[in-house]
Amino acid sequence: MTDESSLWMSGNEAIAMGAYEAGVKVASGYPGTPSTEIMENLSKYEGVYTEWAPNEKVGLEVAIGASFAGVRALATMKHVGVNVAADPLFTVSYTGVRGGLVIITADDPEMHSSQNEQDNRNYAYAAKLPMLEPSDPAEAKEMLKEAFELSERLDTPVLFRITTRIAHVKGIVTKGEMLSSKVECGIEKSPAKFVMLPALARNRRKVVEERMIELVKIAESGEYNRIEDGDRKRGFITAGVAYLYVKEAFPDAAVLKLGMCWPLPENEIKAFAATVDELIIVEELDPFLEHHIKAMGVECHGKDCIPNQGELNTSIVRTSIDPDSAPELFAPAELPMRPPNMCAGCPHRGVFYNLSKMKDVFVSGDIGCYTLGFLPPLSAMDSCVCMGASVTIAHGMAKALGDAGKGKLISVIGDSTFMHTGINGLINSVYNDSTSVLVILDNRITAMTGQQNNPASGCNIKGEAANAINIEKLCKAVGVKHVEVVDPHDIKACKTALKKALELDEYAVVISRAPCVLLPEIKNAEHNPYLTTTENCQGCGTCVKLGCPAISWTPMTKDEAVAKGYKEKQKGYAVINEVQCNGCGQCFALCKFDAINRKGE
Amino acid sequence: MSTTGNILFSGVGGQGILLASEITAYALLSAGYDAKKSEVHGMAQRGGSVTAQLRYGKKVYSPLIEPGKADILVSFELMETARYLPYLHKESRVLVNSQQIKPPAVANGQIAYPVNALDSITDQGIDVVVVDAFDIAQEAGEVKAANVVMVGAMSTFLPMAVSVYEEIINTRVPERFREVNLKAFAAGRKITD
Repeated sequence: MTDESSLWMSGNEAIAMGAYEAGVKVASGYPGTPSTEIMENLSKYEGVYTEWAPNEKVGLEVAIGASFAGVRALATMKHVGVNVAADPLFTVSYTGVRGGLVIITADDPEMHSSQNEQDNRNYAYAAKLPMLEPSDPAEAKEMLKEAFELSERLDTPVLFRITTRIAHVKGIVTKGEMLSSKVECGIEKSPAKFVMLPALARNRRKVVEERMIELVKIAESGEYNRIEDGDRKRGFITAGVAYLYVKEAFPDAAVLKLGMCWPLPENEIKAFAATVDELIIVEELDPFLEHHIKAMGVECHGKDCIPNQGELNTSIVRTSIDPDSAPELFAPAELPMRPPNMCAGCPHRGVFYNLSKMKDVFVSGDIGCYTLGFLPPLSAMDSCVCMGASVTIAHGMAKALGDAGKGKLISVIGDSTFMHTGINGLINSVYNDSTSVLVILDNRITAMTGQQNNPASGCNIKGEAANAINIEKLCKAVGVKHVEVVDPHDIKACKTALKKALELDEYAVVISRAPCVLLPEIKNAEHNPYLTTTENCQGCGTCVKLGCPAISWTPMTKDEAVAKGYKEKQKGYAVINEVQCNGCGQCFALCKFDAINRKGE
Repeated sequence: MSTTGNILFSGVGGQGILLASEITAYALLSAGYDAKKSEVHGMAQRGGSVTAQLRYGKKVYSPLIEPGKADILVSFELMETARYLPYLHKESRVLVNSQQIKPPAVANGQIAYPVNALDSITDQGIDVVVVDAFDIAQEAGEVKAANVVMVGAMSTFLPMAVSVYEEIINTRVPERFREVNLKAFAAGRKITD
């Protein structure tokens, strides 16, 4: 990489650059792995308005508005975010666009950081929209620019699908020329196109089908799809990152690479199939291409050999097709697992420690760092389904259980997730007189995805001051009478607040408020750690049960205990790692033996 | 070496694997190689096992290293080395930072840390170089530069000159950390030179 215009970039950085070069003027999204860095990087370019929306439906609608005003607009989200945005998505397919409109769906095969691994190519089929799918960062940048051109050319929103191994893969990307919208920015009234009431929507419904015929012609034209010639004994049809694995596993084979995975070029596929002895479809997750290709009457292999779950890689592709090629590998070593954990000093831990002591309480959880409260030793989460569902599931359980559920139902949700879709559930809980308790874990930031601001943070996407939603006032305005704010590091006060809320005969909200320790102002501040006075430790293990990564247990035999001056029956002692300790004081609050003290005190 | 070289970085979230793999990637790019690197973001970063996979050659397609094909394993934590044994082959070169970070089940006393974890690798006849990167970095003036010590130790396995790495550290690392990182790199390189 010696050329000046070549850059080393992740797929998400490349997509941000592609959006800039495509002339995008407005972009909105909600953070979600693996999509987050697209908006973060795009916000650094001049001349593009970017924002974090409270959720993906809002983000897409903002982008639709910008498109209606005649500018190029982008909406970004992770795969499950498209479920939230599906309502506008299916109807914007009917209205079409003015300025180019692209919706990025970042899918997560293998569920590296997700609750499911849905295959969002199915949305292209269901919403009758074209979908482009690049294979690597360089192609992602170029293809995104083409997506905007296609959007304006055919008056269609374009779905753009990436997966984790494009978003978070780095490769060489080349700077390109700047494009601009062919549409003029301004108010243009086109009610027949933009007002989707039944009579008008029926007309647009026809337009959608006519557009699909045009899209098929483009798919057949070879603009996005190409044949790489090779050995015709075995031919492959593939798309996205799976193409890369096919090229490595079967470098000499003929390949039809689909850059547009919907609609499909039926004639080209049939013609390709006719020239190969055996046709194999290689795709991650669902047999999406395979089903549609089989429906064309083309005989092929697909999920009869390639797995339909998890990520693929070169090795899986090769050995799925040629089982005899499986290499002999060293057997895995038996090792303790190393799951992720809440950080040392994480404010969520104070709440989950208390919840872990309430054995008969059902903890309805949500999506965020605090989902890690599920893991031992805290083990204090009993359900987690999707963004915002903590609030509503607890309410549903309350209605099902009646008196048996009183004082036993708690929902826990982070500030960003509360803003996302928790508020709707809160309104329902108040309106329909729920008896559960809502705990809002307000750490000021969308933490799991890497500290993005949200409507309650007081800053916008660029870190500039912004209006901050006041969570307690919002709860009160909705009609919650009991709203208590508590410092989660104060373990005892936190326990009292939770108990009090559970005992009430009405819907109650507890706001646990302390900043995320990964916020730069906390992370870079001088730390004032706690230290263990190990000779005072009685080995009760209370502090260890916090599950803090800065605290570890040193086991002792009877002889070792005696030699070190402890009671013979003491089985070990706890030690705080000074470098890791963030000085939150939760362990200090729990220690009854003066074995934990602030450094220098 | 085969047409594509594969370097696997392993460790625990927060150990600076991303910077170490970035410096290595830029060095390979300076030498004219194509490269792809796969990283872990999101949930796994919170203190879990993490890897960065770096592949280079004339033309690289897949961003993922196949099991049995890692030519170099650079591990930032002792037991995280053995976790990737199925990725190694007989001629793999393995560099290990001797630092031990207790996983939750060890920290809360349920099980012991597998101190002999490297045996599973050496039993296969694979040579393992253990580097006290933490101590070396401390001597260089900053414990956080342990990742660059490891890059220095690995640099003798790759064809690029020292000046290439120095240039990258001078241009890509924030100014206040440059000197300490240059020192850390040189100290690491001495281990395998």
